[in-house]
Amino acid sequence: MSTTRNIPDRLRSPLERNLKSWETLLLLVAIGIFVANSFASPYFLDAWNLSDATFNFTEKAMIAFAMALLIISGEIDLSVAAIIALASTAMGAAAQVGVGTEGLVLIGLSVGLACGAFNGLLVTGLGLPSIVVTIGTMSLFRGISFIILGDQAYRGYPSDFAYFGQGYVWWVISFEFVLFALIAVIYAVLLHLTNFGRAVYAIGNNATGALFSGIRVGRVKFILFLLTGLMSGVAAICLTSRLGSTRPSIATGWELEIVTMVVLGGVNILGGSGSIPGVVIAAFVMGLVTFGLGLLNVPGIVMSIVIGALLIGVIALPRLWQMWRH
Amino acid sequence: MPLDLRPDVSTSDAPLLSLTGVTKTFPGVRALSNVSLNLHPGKVTALVGENGAGKSTVVKVLTGIYQPDEGDIRVDGRPVRFPTPQYAESAGVTAIHQETVLFDELSVAENIFLGHAPKGRFGLIDTATMNSNAAEILSGLGAKIDPGTTLKELGTANKHLVAIARALSVDARVVIMDEPTAALSHTEIEELYELVEGLKAQGKAILFISHKFDEIFRIADDYTVFRDGQMIGEGAIANVSEAELVKMMVGRDVSQIFPERDRQLGDKVLDVQGYEHPTEFADISFTLRRGEILGFYGLVGAGRSEFMQALFGTTLPSAGEVWIDGASITIRSPADAVSHGIVYVPEDRGKQGAIGALPIFQNVTLPSLARTSQKGFLRLAEEFKLAREYSERLDLRAASLDTHVGNLSGGNQQKVVIAKWLATEPKVIILDEPTKGIDIGSKAAVHEFMAELAAQGLAVIMVSSEIPEIVGMSDRVIVMREGRIAAELDRDNITPETLVSYAAGISETSS
Repeated sequence: MSTTRNIPDRLRSPLERNLKSWETLLLLVAIGIFVANSFASPYFLDAWNLSDATFNFTEKAMIAFAMALLIISGEIDLSVAAIIALASTAMGAAAQVGVGTEGLVLIGLSVGLACGAFNGLLVTGLGLPSIVVTIGTMSLFRGISFIILGDQAYRGYPSDFAYFGQGYVWWVISFEFVLFALIAVIYAVLLHLTNFGRAVYAIGNNATGALFSGIRVGRVKFILFLLTGLMSGVAAICLTSRLGSTRPSIATGWELEIVTMVVLGGVNILGGSGSIPGVVIAAFVMGLVTFGLGLLNVPGIVMSIVIGALLIGVIALPRLWQMWRH
Repeated sequence: MPLDLRPDVSTSDAPLLSLTGVTKTFPGVRALSNVSLNLHPGKVTALVGENGAGKSTVVKVLTGIYQPDEGDIRVDGRPVRFPTPQYAESAGVTAIHQETVLFDELSVAENIFLGHAPKGRFGLIDTATMNSNAAEILSGLGAKIDPGTTLKELGTANKHLVAIARALSVDARVVIMDEPTAALSHTEIEELYELVEGLKAQGKAILFISHKFDEIFRIADDYTVFRDGQMIGEGAIANVSEAELVKMMVGRDVSQIFPERDRQLGDKVLDVQGYEHPTEFADISFTLRRGEILGFYGLVGAGRSEFMQALFGTTLPSAGEVWIDGASITIRSPADAVSHGIVYVPEDRGKQGAIGALPIFQNVTLPSLARTSQKGFLRLAEEFKLAREYSERLDLRAASLDTHVGNLSGGNQQKVVIAKWLATEPKVIILDEPTKGIDIGSKAAVHEFMAELAAQGLAVIMVSSEIPEIVGMSDRVIVMREGRIAAELDRDNITPETLVSYAAGISETSS
């Protein structure tokens, strides 16, 4: 050891960095919407109404967490809503022949995993671009649903199957909300506190560099597709249970709402950065906006316009702020 | 301000382009401090200096990318300003950058005339005129390239010629060449020299930036030395020696460029037999001992990097076996190679070496996470500890370990990549062009470090195209030509002459 120079670990504390982050800005937006909603409608600040509002985002958010990791790694899965349709159809078909609740859950999860594996194999095994692969499987998975069901619907799920989408753990706290919170924690830990999460960031920033650093890039991406498929299966169980029926058009258009949620949460659509807390807040923002507009009897099409404007607005805000200051 | 661009009938004593008292500061850094620079018509001026001396900044000032804070730019003695690159271009200043931005999917002619293509009726591009003009420029360069070819079909050297053609397509009077030979092979460099001679004969003023002394003394008429943003000295190249230039550049005597070392070879650690690839290389066999530095020399395209990447697992060989410490191993991915103690410092630092958008400590620990973590969970304190240890060992210069690697200089990025691999405690380290494009001071540091690693018992493979480096550092050299081993030379037989002749395939019969 000749000359030892001291390089500090950090110049800015993690706290300072967190305060100046996207997530902080988004949290302020969420609080603003909450306050605005409570002024706009007298029914908003009601425990049961708020509880109902969470159903607007819990199922989508479960998928959004897995999708966030996938997008951070530089890939995307647009087939998630179609996986819900296929998984729900499979469960419905099984329910018709008298399969019990445990069996239905197993089928839902397995179909999700299988679809995720199929996407992952096409992307990592054959090196195809994920956006193209999953646009293809989006039609494929939902197409199978349509072939099986046509204009029919499956009903007649076992009565205890209803718990996943309609049950309450305690007072106004629904099973779905608890599951959402649990999954959020699991994904936050996975992304932010494990070696696997670090690899996801490394791959998203520079996949070649990550490969040359000894990261098994293909394996990590395959696992991410599996997880996204699995979460689609979980969401399919919750949604099917909540609706009590399956039609092939179930969850139509969710893939874009989920991607919107992820991007609103501060995940870079080009990969490399983003956080789970951001996606959690974005889920609440989207849920609150939808619910608030619903209370005001705003039609669905206007809601999607508002969500779209919100996305562009929140993303443009920091840029506009910078331009205004210069 | 309107410019009068008619060329004066200038004598070569009056500079065509001159800078006086130019200062440029950035937040926290004074990149140029009161520098002057004179470029004469029909002469090549070599601009030399270490990395960070201000060479690139001066190029950016000359080409209108940066505006100087103080000082004058004069063309033909008249003061001018270059508020945008277009002004510099219309004043006849053009630059061939180190890494020129070209467009793979466009044709050669389109690349050459992008932004100033000849227009026909309705303002549409006149393709016929453009192609014939491009053909004219290319043939003037002695390049046999069809202007209609799509750029991606050309090799590196031809792409470089297209970049040069692009620079010359604007009717330049001042040509700036920023390390033009970095990507070229031996014969291509010779062709470039001829081109420079041709430009001189046309009365153009040339600013030639290079780290390679042999080419400076070969091609330049004048020199200007920069150090730490200041002009240290200038004059005719005939009146200066290599040692004097080095002294001006580094501000001290660099008497001995390569470290002396005590060569103690240990046991055989790596054994490669019959490595083969369908297109890139064939029949590569060699062994490597602990503490040994094995040089791999060859021309660009001889298959050295391709072989190394197969050994590291980024491409798969079609045949061949590898043993580490006598045990047969299979390498199908870099992860496999790393787990067996083989690591690779790539030539392409930006893309393959470091992950620019991640902080230093995360880059350093990336392949060692299994060691710094516990049951798959990150332990930041352990990561900082490991990153600090190796950053300090390599004398890394950075504001903090949390700084993004992309914000570091080239030399420091290279240190991060090396630190990353040393932290895995490897058995064999492969360094691919480890000192390419870095300055003399950093080069010496890398060489010294390499010697230290070998002394500690690490086996080093060094791929290099720089003969002095191969001669100065290697215990043994393998010369590759057209994908095969052309010769294996012992310490005593490594001379520039033998290297060049084996690489070029001249002395096939001599022993």
